[in-house]
Amino acid sequence: MGKTIAEKIIGEHSEREVRAGDFVVARVDVCLVQDGTGPLAVRQLQKINLEKAYNPGRTVLFIDHAVPSPRKELSNDHIALREFARKTGASLSDIGNGVCHQVIVESLVNPGDILIGADSHTCTAGALGAFATGMGSTDVAIGIALGKTWLRVPETFKINIEGDFQRGVYPKDLMLHIIGLIGADGATYKALEFDGETIRKMSLSGRLTLCNMAVEAGAKAGLIASDATTKLFLETRGRVDKFREIKPDRDATYERIINIQASEIEPTISLPHTVDNTVTVNETKGIKIDQVFIGTCTNGRMEDLRVAAQILKDKHRHPNTRLVIGPASRGIYLEAMQEGILELFVKAGGVILPPGCGPCVGVHEGILGDEERCLSTQNRNFLGRMGNPKAFIYLGSPATAAATAIKGEITDPREVL
Amino acid sequence: MRLQGKVWKFGDDISTDLIAPGRFFHLRSNLEELAKHVLEDADPEFVKKMSKGDFVVAGKNFGLGSSREHAPTIMKIAGISAVLAKSFARIFYRNAINIGLLVIECDTDKIEEGDELEVDLEKGEVINRTKGIKLTFSPFPSIMRKILDDGGLLSHIQKYKDFQLK
Repeated sequence: MGKTIAEKIIGEHSEREVRAGDFVVARVDVCLVQDGTGPLAVRQLQKINLEKAYNPGRTVLFIDHAVPSPRKELSNDHIALREFARKTGASLSDIGNGVCHQVIVESLVNPGDILIGADSHTCTAGALGAFATGMGSTDVAIGIALGKTWLRVPETFKINIEGDFQRGVYPKDLMLHIIGLIGADGATYKALEFDGETIRKMSLSGRLTLCNMAVEAGAKAGLIASDATTKLFLETRGRVDKFREIKPDRDATYERIINIQASEIEPTISLPHTVDNTVTVNETKGIKIDQVFIGTCTNGRMEDLRVAAQILKDKHRHPNTRLVIGPASRGIYLEAMQEGILELFVKAGGVILPPGCGPCVGVHEGILGDEERCLSTQNRNFLGRMGNPKAFIYLGSPATAAATAIKGEITDPREVL
Repeated sequence: MRLQGKVWKFGDDISTDLIAPGRFFHLRSNLEELAKHVLEDADPEFVKKMSKGDFVVAGKNFGLGSSREHAPTIMKIAGISAVLAKSFARIFYRNAINIGLLVIECDTDKIEEGDELEVDLEKGEVINRTKGIKLTFSPFPSIMRKILDDGGLLSHIQKYKDFQLK
C-alpha cells in the first residue's frame, strides 16, 4: 500500500514504516521560535536546566514579530533570545532579516526535512516538500534541546487543482476558496497535499501562500511534492545539492479527495471575523476600507509586490485609505528596492515597513482604530488580530488589495488590471 | 483526578487571539499580568466574574489560530480547571496538555452557563450536577495521558529524559 508525503517523511525520521494514526518519536531537522514564543521556550529550558541546542546550526531564533522593538518589555525579550543564541550556538535572525517562515525557506529548510516551529504558520515550508508544523513554545523548546519530537502521523486530504486561473485570480484566492469550502476546522489534525496541473505550473511563491494557510483549515501541515520548480528555487538560494524528489505514491491512501477547477475561482475575500467566512469579491464591492496592508508570510514576496506594483503604477491611493506595505524578508526588500517597486509604492502614497510581521499580529505599525476596516493580504482576520477588537479585517490577494487602495473600497482587481 | 466547578459558556471558534490578545504582546514575559486579560476579547468581564476551579465550556474548534502557548498558560494561571469543547484546534490541545491544563472533548450542547460540573478523568465522565446528566469522553492517547499525569511536558522530560510513547 502506498504512502502519502506525510507518511514518507515521518517514517524516514522515525526509522520505521508508519501509517496515518501511528504515534512516533521523530527526529527533527530544523527548529524555529520567534520573539512572541521564543522567550517562553527559553524560560522553559532554563527551568529544567536543559539550555542547549541539539543542532545549533539548524535552530533559529527569529526576532520578527515586534521589529524594531516598540516597547522596553519586548526589547528585553529580544535580549533573552540573543543570549540564548550566544550560549547555545543557535542561529539568530535579528531585526530586519524578515519573517521566520520566509527566511527559513530562503535559507535552511530542504525537501524531506521535518521542521517544527513555535508559530502556527510554520506549515509554510511544506511548499518545498518538507513536513513543517507549528507547535507551542514548550514542544519546540524540547525539540531544540533533544533534536526530536513526538508526532501522530496525520491522515491526508488530497486537493487536486486543475486548469488555469482567470485573469486577476491568484493562489491566495484559491486558498481562501479552499478554506471556505472545508471550513476553519475541516482539516483539524490532517495534512493537506496540494496536487494537480495548476500546482505543478504554480511558482514557488504561490505554493508558499497555499501551504502558509493550511493551518487556517485546522491542518497540521500543507504539503507539495518537490519538482523542477523546487529545484530551481534551491539553486537560486545556493543549495541545489539539497534537492530531493519527495512525492506521494500513486496508490497512497487519502482520507478525502477534493477536486477543484482553477478557472472557476473568482477573486475571493474572507469577511470578518473568521477565515472560512469567504465570498467572491463581487459580493463585497463597495465596502469602504480605511487601511490596506500588503505583506506578511502569506503575501509579502516579490511576486506579490510586483502584482501590486503593476496595479499601483502611476496611480495614487484613495485619500481615505492608508496603504501599508511590508516585504517579507531582507532579500525581498532589497530586490523590490532595486526593481524600483518600493519607490513606486511610496509615490503611490504607500508606507514601507521594515521586513517583519508588522501590523498582522497587532503589536505595532498599523493598529486599527475603533470601527475601522482593513483589507489585508495576511492569513488571519480574527477579532482583535490587528490590535483592536473593535476593528474589522477583510482578507484578499495583493491584486485585490492594490485595487482597493486606489478606489478606497473593496474592488475587483479585474477592473484595474 | 476529580474536578468540580461552575461553567462559563463560550461559542464556537474561540481563537487564541480572543484568549490572549495580540495587543498585550508585551506582557508575554509577565504571565501573571497577562492572565488578568484572559479571554478578554471573548467576554470583557470574564476575569472579574470567574472563580478558581471553574470550567470553560465551548463549542467547536476551541483555541484555533496562533500557536501562543501563553493562551492555555494564562487560563491555568487564572484558575480554570479544565476546558470542555466539542472540538479543539490541534496546537492549542497539545499546548494545554504540555502545560498541564486539562482539555476534554465532549458534546457540550447540554451544558449551560452556571451549571455545576464534576469531571472524573479516570472514568472519562462529565457529570452535570445541575441537569443530572452524565456525559462521556474518550481516553487520551497514551503519550498525552502520561504527559498530563506527569504534570506537563517539562516534568515528563525530566523524569524520562525522552518521550514515553507507551
